[in-house]
Amino acid sequence: MTERSSDAPSGSVLKRFHHGDLEAFEAVFRQHQRAVYGWILRIVRDRAAAEDLTVESFLRMHRACARFDPERAFEPWARRVATRIALDWLRARPPECELDDEYAATLRAAPSADPGVAAEIRLKTAQAFARLPPRLRIAATLSLIEEQPHKDIAAALGISVTAAKLRVFRAVRMLRKDLERQGITP
Amino acid sequence: MTAHEKNRIDEKRIKELLQQALPPVGSVAEPARDLWPVVLRRLDSAPAGALRAKLPWFDWALIAGVVIFAVAFPATIPVFLYYL
Repeated sequence: MTERSSDAPSGSVLKRFHHGDLEAFEAVFRQHQRAVYGWILRIVRDRAAAEDLTVESFLRMHRACARFDPERAFEPWARRVATRIALDWLRARPPECELDDEYAATLRAAPSADPGVAAEIRLKTAQAFARLPPRLRIAATLSLIEEQPHKDIAAALGISVTAAKLRVFRAVRMLRKDLERQGITP
Repeated sequence: MTAHEKNRIDEKRIKELLQQALPPVGSVAEPARDLWPVVLRRLDSAPAGALRAKLPWFDWALIAGVVIFAVAFPATIPVFLYYL
């Protein structure tokens, strides 16, 4: 992953960032805050939390700038840091916080893209999903909901592609069992 | 139907259900405000080293407990790894 996109910070900016230069850090931040925020939002699905975690991610990147290799692309590294922080946030949050009453009411009221899927089934699916262990939930969110490639998920989680696929597989299996317990046969 | 085919169908169906329940955020998301001032404020307010993640004492005690348990009962390590 040594390629850089055309709008990525130049090598000299990344080198200065690596040496702790604040201006270079700002340039890197401005370039990547949207991508990092978007990635975190996909995982945590909470806009306010995604903003806080984006700030936290960049602070951690700034602290760890000496460990960043300026010869490599910034984005995969940033995603790894952001994913770790988002995972910590998911772990610190009890599953019952995932779906508040407001969300449940919204889900009941919202029309489904597939009229065959009742609001109650969608709610039970969301509840079952919230009960997944965070490390499986994160893989399932990125793969099944956000349809990210396994390669990107594996890179963000710092695991092999096979391990990422295995996590998605285990998440699907746990979800199926949970839904079956609730009387829903997927 | 092979187990592999069944898994694929399972995954497809679960994926459909999930996307109905939790619609994708997609890639168009943008923070509602400029976050750089917040980053700067946090950088200014935190003295060097204070930002470093601190583990509370009970986390250290838990880690020590797990290490001692793993040394005493090495056969349980694969079980731990499976549930990690």
